[in-house]
Amino acid sequence: MAITAPIPTLTSADPVDFLTDPLALNIFRQALIAAVVMGATCGAIGAYVVLRRLAFIGDALSHAVFPGVVLAYVAGLPIFAGAMVAGALTSVAIAVVSRGQRIREDTAIGIFFAGAFALGIVLISTQSGYQRDLSAFLVGDLLAAGWDDIVFSALTGAGVIGVLVALRKELLLVSFDRTYAQALGYPVFVLELLLLLLLTATIVVSLSAVGIILVLAMLVTPAATARLLVDRFTPMMVLGAILGALYGIVGWYVSYHLGWSPGGSIVLVATLAFLIAFIFSPSHGLLAHRLRRHPQHSARRAAIDQPSGHDHVAADEAVVASLERRHPPGR
Amino acid sequence: MTVAISTMLQLRGLAAGYDERWAIEGVDLDVPAGRLVGVIGPNGSGKSTLLRAIIGLVPRRAGSVALDGGAVDLRRVAYVPQREAVDWSFPISAEQVVMMGRFPRIGPLLGPGTGDRRTVRDALKRVGMEELAQRQIGELSGGQQQRVFLARALVQEASLLLLDEPMTGVDRGTEETITQLMRELRDAGATVIYATHDLESAADVSDLLCFVNGRVVAFGAPDDTFTPNTLHATFGGELMIMTAGDHSHVHGGGHHGAHSHADER
Repeated sequence: MAITAPIPTLTSADPVDFLTDPLALNIFRQALIAAVVMGATCGAIGAYVVLRRLAFIGDALSHAVFPGVVLAYVAGLPIFAGAMVAGALTSVAIAVVSRGQRIREDTAIGIFFAGAFALGIVLISTQSGYQRDLSAFLVGDLLAAGWDDIVFSALTGAGVIGVLVALRKELLLVSFDRTYAQALGYPVFVLELLLLLLLTATIVVSLSAVGIILVLAMLVTPAATARLLVDRFTPMMVLGAILGALYGIVGWYVSYHLGWSPGGSIVLVATLAFLIAFIFSPSHGLLAHRLRRHPQHSARRAAIDQPSGHDHVAADEAVVASLERRHPPGR
Repeated sequence: MTVAISTMLQLRGLAAGYDERWAIEGVDLDVPAGRLVGVIGPNGSGKSTLLRAIIGLVPRRAGSVALDGGAVDLRRVAYVPQREAVDWSFPISAEQVVMMGRFPRIGPLLGPGTGDRRTVRDALKRVGMEELAQRQIGELSGGQQQRVFLARALVQEASLLLLDEPMTGVDRGTEETITQLMRELRDAGATVIYATHDLESAADVSDLLCFVNGRVVAFGAPDDTFTPNTLHATFGGELMIMTAGDHSHVHGGGHHGAHSHADER
């Protein structure tokens, strides 16, 4: 369970050895697969997290699943089940409380995710040796993942991506124009709840790799980077998944060779890649913006600033003329 | 006055709104098929609520809505919301926005077919947007965005169209395109209902006018309903009607202190 793997040194200059060395041991291969599954799933659903501004909710859900994970762990039940139940209960609690006028949604989220997280901490503190377990949950413990966990994660991740693909039209519609989706008769509430459940499942898949605290980074960073590089929704989602998987691989190698925490390494790689894209992206990067002025932007501003002329009840000559035409004075 | 014509949309005692204060109440309306109806009223009068209540976007509190004598089948209704409602930075092209109108017909799991693509292209051409089909939606001007939303409603091939303030914030050219399209749809047999606060154009464009201020003040042909009394009952203090000598004057706002005006009803 504990990370007691020998810390290899950078003795070999051979790049092939650099890549193949870590794959010699079964436990490292498993860890690599877990990192890839986590990265791809997070990167795919991240498109929705970024575009629908669900970052705070994602953070909340990742903390809210904690007591469920701990209870399942203590009781020897599947961790996934515990996490899903806790995530679903918290989602419902947030929805119910924020339905009233006095408590806004972000406040309700703050109350329940911190509350649920505290419950998880209290539960785990009743266990012996809880410090080590706690840190495994908080920042992940890739090397602790067994084959059962890997298979389960891979299936769950594939399931999440499968649902995202199957319902791509409906989820896109609800995300872009909720009112119109409703007008077309789509079950908007069900679709939005489904998205939260998919998010919860993604978080569960990610726990062993990056843990509760860092999963937020994987939910937003690959997708945000993709947003800087492509201009359409589907490419953004595909690229987000590819980048997520890539960060998993690169971060894992960095972790192996330098002896750093796997979760921390993966997230640092993701953050660094985002910064590079933020500065150097050919279309939306800082440099590109400096180098050329966007003609569309000024056109758009002009369109916004243009006075409409019809905003107010028309008090103009035309109405008077029309009244007179229909009801000639002096009749 | 009431002739037995086929009523497409029938509202009976409709009340709708959020919380305790309902935006509209006691609305009875019989809209015949194949007409162009302008819904007129000041800001906050319940124009939008009336349109939205028809398709259940605002909770109905009382009364009923019937489409051709039955429950409202949303596949037969196309709704064009006010433009402010969407996220303009969304990475999606004008063409993709229009395609959304086809989603209910495409059905689950599948993607759009060649027929859907052709329909979308035709609709974009009809609103004069085929050149800008690949633009990101936020890069378009207000009028162009409205044309895209109109095209999205067109591809639904609906028999009832509800447009919420389609003329607000658009340029003259777009306004003419929208007017022209609403007439064409009407001529093709559809029923078109649109909310506006442009009195003059509504009176010229519409077959029927519906004056709204928390309730239906008047409903009928422009010649019957476009009267100083109706205008006053609808707009109250926001619109002052003064008769000075031989001329009627209509003023918006309340900054003309000393006008006398006709009594309400």
